[in-house]
Amino acid sequence: MEQVTTPSPAQKHSFVRKTNNIGERIIERCVKIIGGVAVVLIFLILLFVLREALPLLMGAFSQPRTAQSSVESSLSDTLNLKPEVYNPDVILSEHQAPEEFAPEVYNPDVSVPATILAEKVNTRNEADGDHITLANILGTIWQPVSTMPKFGIMPLVIGTAKTTFVAIFIGAPLGILAALYAAFFAPRRLREVIKPMVEILAGFPSVVIGFFCLLYVGSALQNLFGFDFRLNAFVGGIGLAIAVIPIVFTITEDTLSAVPKSLLEASLAMGATQWESAYKVMLPAAFPGVFAAVLLGIGRAFGETMIALMATGNAAMVSTSIGDPVRTFSATIGAEMGEVIWGSAHYSILFFLGVLLFIVSFTLNAVTELFVKERLAKKLQGG
Amino acid sequence: MSKKITETKIEANDLCVYYGAKQALHRISIDLFEREVTAFIGPSGCGKSTFLRSINRMNDLVPTARVTGNLYIDGVDIYHSSVDVVELRKRVGMVFQKSTPFPKSIYDNVAFGPRLNGITDRTELDRIVEESLINAALFDEVKDRLDSSAMGLSGGQQQRLCIARAVAVNPSILLMDEPCSALDPISTAKVEELILELKKQYTIVIVTHNMQQAARVSEYTAFFYMGHLVEYDKTRKIFTNPSKKETEDYVTGRFG
Ligand SMILES: Nc1ncnc2c1ncn2[C@@H]1O[C@H](COP(=O)(O)OP(=O)(O)OP(=O)(O)O)[C@@H](O)[C@H]1O
Ligand SMILES: [Mg+2]
Repeated sequence: MEQVTTPSPAQKHSFVRKTNNIGERIIERCVKIIGGVAVVLIFLILLFVLREALPLLMGAFSQPRTAQSSVESSLSDTLNLKPEVYNPDVILSEHQAPEEFAPEVYNPDVSVPATILAEKVNTRNEADGDHITLANILGTIWQPVSTMPKFGIMPLVIGTAKTTFVAIFIGAPLGILAALYAAFFAPRRLREVIKPMVEILAGFPSVVIGFFCLLYVGSALQNLFGFDFRLNAFVGGIGLAIAVIPIVFTITEDTLSAVPKSLLEASLAMGATQWESAYKVMLPAAFPGVFAAVLLGIGRAFGETMIALMATGNAAMVSTSIGDPVRTFSATIGAEMGEVIWGSAHYSILFFLGVLLFIVSFTLNAVTELFVKERLAKKLQGG
Repeated sequence: MSKKITETKIEANDLCVYYGAKQALHRISIDLFEREVTAFIGPSGCGKSTFLRSINRMNDLVPTARVTGNLYIDGVDIYHSSVDVVELRKRVGMVFQKSTPFPKSIYDNVAFGPRLNGITDRTELDRIVEESLINAALFDEVKDRLDSSAMGLSGGQQQRLCIARAVAVNPSILLMDEPCSALDPISTAKVEELILELKKQYTIVIVTHNMQQAARVSEYTAFFYMGHLVEYDKTRKIFTNPSKKETEDYVTGRFG
């Protein structure tokens, strides 16, 4: 909009710019900054991940090998692995690695699986049915493989709750602010770039995010906050937040753009600022969708396995500190299901965890589908 | 008949509006008078809405829009760089063709503007909401359900709610872009009655395709054609004895 600058005769009128809405301008700046930062963060994560992957990819092209890719061989060189272990995922999954390669070699933090591995040797298959009592299940020790197996799921419940909370408290606000920024503040061109990029991030393999957290976020946060453990609930929560942000962002942005533009115009015509219109009119109008976005985000954080497996430290501890390692439901299933004895108590309890996971995910999705979508339609179309 | 003393409220001076390379308004110069209803008529696409939207600078929202010339409200050039658009829009209310109630309660819709202006006192808000709804001739119909959603109102009620919302901030100008085009005859009659009532307090500019409506509610009428202001005069004159051929053709329905 080009402004014609001719001297105005009388400036006493009420619509001549006032200076008393500084607070509002600050808030508006803040939304722009935080929204912008959220978007930049999303990209930085993408960049970091790509940057780390780049040398490997380059290596693969610069050192031509015939039978194996250099990724496998360079890893097997350093770790002295047998050639048949060719899948990098398998290398990272300590349970399937040959036992002579102690997990400490490549992941010093994962101490618990080492214990499990050690105990496995002594397992005499005593875990049969009679150990599963309610008291046992509600106990505070998760030690499924031992002479006296303990199936207390409390540490797992606490672990899942801690990581999910961290993920949502970080992921939901960032995702929503980023969506607000993209929908109402970003220049059109930028918006056209942001959306598809974030959608790509939404489809990012979670093992990559987990790896990124395991390698970098853990150390960075330990240096920053002085955690006792490098991998802990907070690191895991951050990793999960990375998975949650694109979901919250995408759905929130979709809902915000589904709100008729005429509402934005009407609000601006009332003399609301862009920020006031976004916050007081558009966001409430899109509330059911935003709520759905957060619910689905919770579902993702709750059910996500690989990130939880890699970035949380994986120790089934009962503690309230987010600086302690935790183990989640899904990580437990992911880590233990592969070698559980078929039909044993341990086997059943893992399935029980699976059922709990399913119930929660199902409920979240059902609430989203049935309740929220109906509400949104009602809200925007009347009734 | 004694001539009413009228003061200029809005003055356009060689106002041109462009959308990209396309010129939508050509050097419009017009004086609109205080506490009068002025109707804008003209065939579709002639620039009525464009002119209306340049009075509260809603055209700023169109990225390609460009304005030259001057537009004064109370003698202040509203396109001057010292003008705060947000403050301007608080003084110049707007009602759209399609009613645009916010998906909030009836009360919150009307209280929206006052709250933006920092009024938080509940009794004060109550008073403004009631007064605005009475002004918009809607109070009796909704007084028992102020807390229910505005989306549940009928089309005509929604439009009157939008008028109540606009007058709640006590603007000095009210712009209405085809406010009745989506309403049934009874609702239309109510809104027209309302316009006649509101003109005691506000300067009203109304865009309409309905000649009878223009004749019923307005004191002055401006006829636009292809981005030009063809004729502007007392409504009675425009409809009975226009000085331009195009105007006569249009108001008699022989247009085209
Ligand atoms: N946002 C826009 N971008 C580009 N061109 C526009 C835009 N809005 C309006 N125009 C063009 O400007 C001209 C005037 O449009 P305007 O909406 O002011 O007409 P109108 O008289 O209100 O018509 P109607 O009676 O159909 O509402 C038209 O040719 C229209 O195509
Ligand atoms: Mg129009």
